[in-house]
Amino acid sequence: MKKMINKSTVTSFINYGIVIALFAVFQTLSATGNLSRQLTGLLIPICAYVIMALALNLVVGISGELSLGHAGFMSVGAFSGVITAAALQNSVTNDVARFVIAVVVAALIAAIAGLIIGIPVLRLRGDYLAIVTLAFGEIIKNVLTCLYIGVDSKGLHISAVSEEALGLEATGKAIVKGPMGAVGIMKISTFISGIILVLIALFVIQNLINSRTGRAIKAIRDNRIAAEACGLNVVKYKLIAFVTSAAIAGSAGALYAMNYSSITPKKFDFNTSILVLVFVVLGGIGNLTGSIIAAIVLVALPELLREFSDYRMLVYAVVLILVMIISNNQKTRAFIGKIFGVFKKKKEGEDN
Amino acid sequence: MANKEEVKLVSVPSPNLIPERDVNSSPILEVSHLGIDFGGLTAVEDFNMAIGRTEIGGLIGPNGAGKTTIFNLLTKVYQPTRGTIMLDGLDTANMNTIQVNKAGIARTFQNIRLFDKLTVEENVKIGLHNQMGYSAATGVFRLPKYWKTEKAMHEKALELLSIFNMQDMANFAAGSLPYGAQRRLEIVRALATNPKLLLLDEPAAGMNPSETAELMENIRKIRDEFKIAILLIEHDMNLVMGICEAIAVLNFGKVIAKGTPTQIQNNPAVIEAYLGKQAQEELKKEV
Repeated sequence: MKKMINKSTVTSFINYGIVIALFAVFQTLSATGNLSRQLTGLLIPICAYVIMALALNLVVGISGELSLGHAGFMSVGAFSGVITAAALQNSVTNDVARFVIAVVVAALIAAIAGLIIGIPVLRLRGDYLAIVTLAFGEIIKNVLTCLYIGVDSKGLHISAVSEEALGLEATGKAIVKGPMGAVGIMKISTFISGIILVLIALFVIQNLINSRTGRAIKAIRDNRIAAEACGLNVVKYKLIAFVTSAAIAGSAGALYAMNYSSITPKKFDFNTSILVLVFVVLGGIGNLTGSIIAAIVLVALPELLREFSDYRMLVYAVVLILVMIISNNQKTRAFIGKIFGVFKKKKEGEDN
Repeated sequence: MANKEEVKLVSVPSPNLIPERDVNSSPILEVSHLGIDFGGLTAVEDFNMAIGRTEIGGLIGPNGAGKTTIFNLLTKVYQPTRGTIMLDGLDTANMNTIQVNKAGIARTFQNIRLFDKLTVEENVKIGLHNQMGYSAATGVFRLPKYWKTEKAMHEKALELLSIFNMQDMANFAAGSLPYGAQRRLEIVRALATNPKLLLLDEPAAGMNPSETAELMENIRKIRDEFKIAILLIEHDMNLVMGICEAIAVLNFGKVIAKGTPTQIQNNPAVIEAYLGKQAQEELKKEV
């Protein structure tokens, strides 16, 4: 039985452990009032960005395709989640139940968006995916910018012209108001729900990677021609990775949006896609633990550096460069390896 | 070479030769008038070949003769311009690489193509992918079928690796293996896809004489144990003459000679292709 516990299983449990430990730390800090107000406000966005980083790592690190439009899926998830929650406000009174339904709907719709984009694009090779996903992200943003959605007793009303064109009843309510984005959102995201979503995302991604499907995805990344010669359906497995990633990004979007009272489509532009890509690259491509830590640090850092006010972004950039240098330096890596090596030896010694 | 008994070749309906023992069953592969043009360049002109069910065939020829192109045509990496490929009585005209593999052709590559970041065992498991399956959802939720199938795959992978005594390397990254081991792993991975016909593209390239001798033994062992046909491209004449029962010689995209190793060795057209006309005449004078 001991042999069954291999390296990947250990890594999986380390990741679960890190998330739960961080939850415990932040929860204690905020309960004892030792957490600054800004940082408390950042807890849910941090969870959302951690999920985004994990989702993007599935595409960039495991599937080996560069996607520059993941904010697009986040945005699809955010708006469909908000609309679902608003539409169900009267029928489902329990906040938790409404949150769960909204997240599930958000993930499903983002998955459909991923499928629509993925089917034509994943047949291509090379940089096409990056370019088309970039364009897709912008298209989503612009479509949402001119979309008006409202709800009344008759159901959902959609218009691309103006709020008046929705023809809502007097009791009806406009949810999405074009460039103003979604307004009057019920803030039903909580830190606990965020942590649970992170754990679910980790569970899905890690189990997928360490199964037959994940093996096929990684094989296609390593050598497409050999994978085809072994009878692997390349498009199918690339699509599985892409759609799963889109669905997880969508749920992150819903979590993120339902933490604010209003949200504009502009929030999910190209810069957000790049920001998430920075988390993935900095944490190490294909390294889920790295993605989690990078996302937490880089979202919290600008807030922690608030005291430096004007020099904030300057320090941020320097930190980014330093981390890159350190994590790519052979000597530092060897040094870190040594520390872990000592740790491992001790453990083995204990076993004997 | 001396310890090998030469197999008698007999004609089959298509203009080809296969070993006599396979004559009662239809050939596993029948290729007729196969050709491909790249723009104005005719890479393969009129290639005909039949391979018996348990035959070890060889494809030789000078560099650029079109040998690897023929492998790429058989596995549908390229679509042929003309001609037909019948695999076990099945026309592969409308198949792609993936379908051809499922129909029963597995191959190795001249420039090794392993999944470098996966372990040796995982590489073999990719070969087993279409043999043993469970859905993506089963994998995510770790249903009982996941544990059962993974265990069976693990055992089968180790069993296949044991052909080349590579069980101990199972957990190494494939990219970190020494060159010879990488070549052997490619053969194991191809075997794992349960082929009827195994195509080996220069299996002995870069191996030393003792490794080559071991490889020859193993190729014969694979044929005997798995009862499959093997077609190999090779420049190492000791290996080709030592284990191939039928050899086709290719030059400028055309088959210039076919036959048993002895027939090929004495064929004037082959000597000319390899050594040139002048050398051939000098050879004659000496005799």
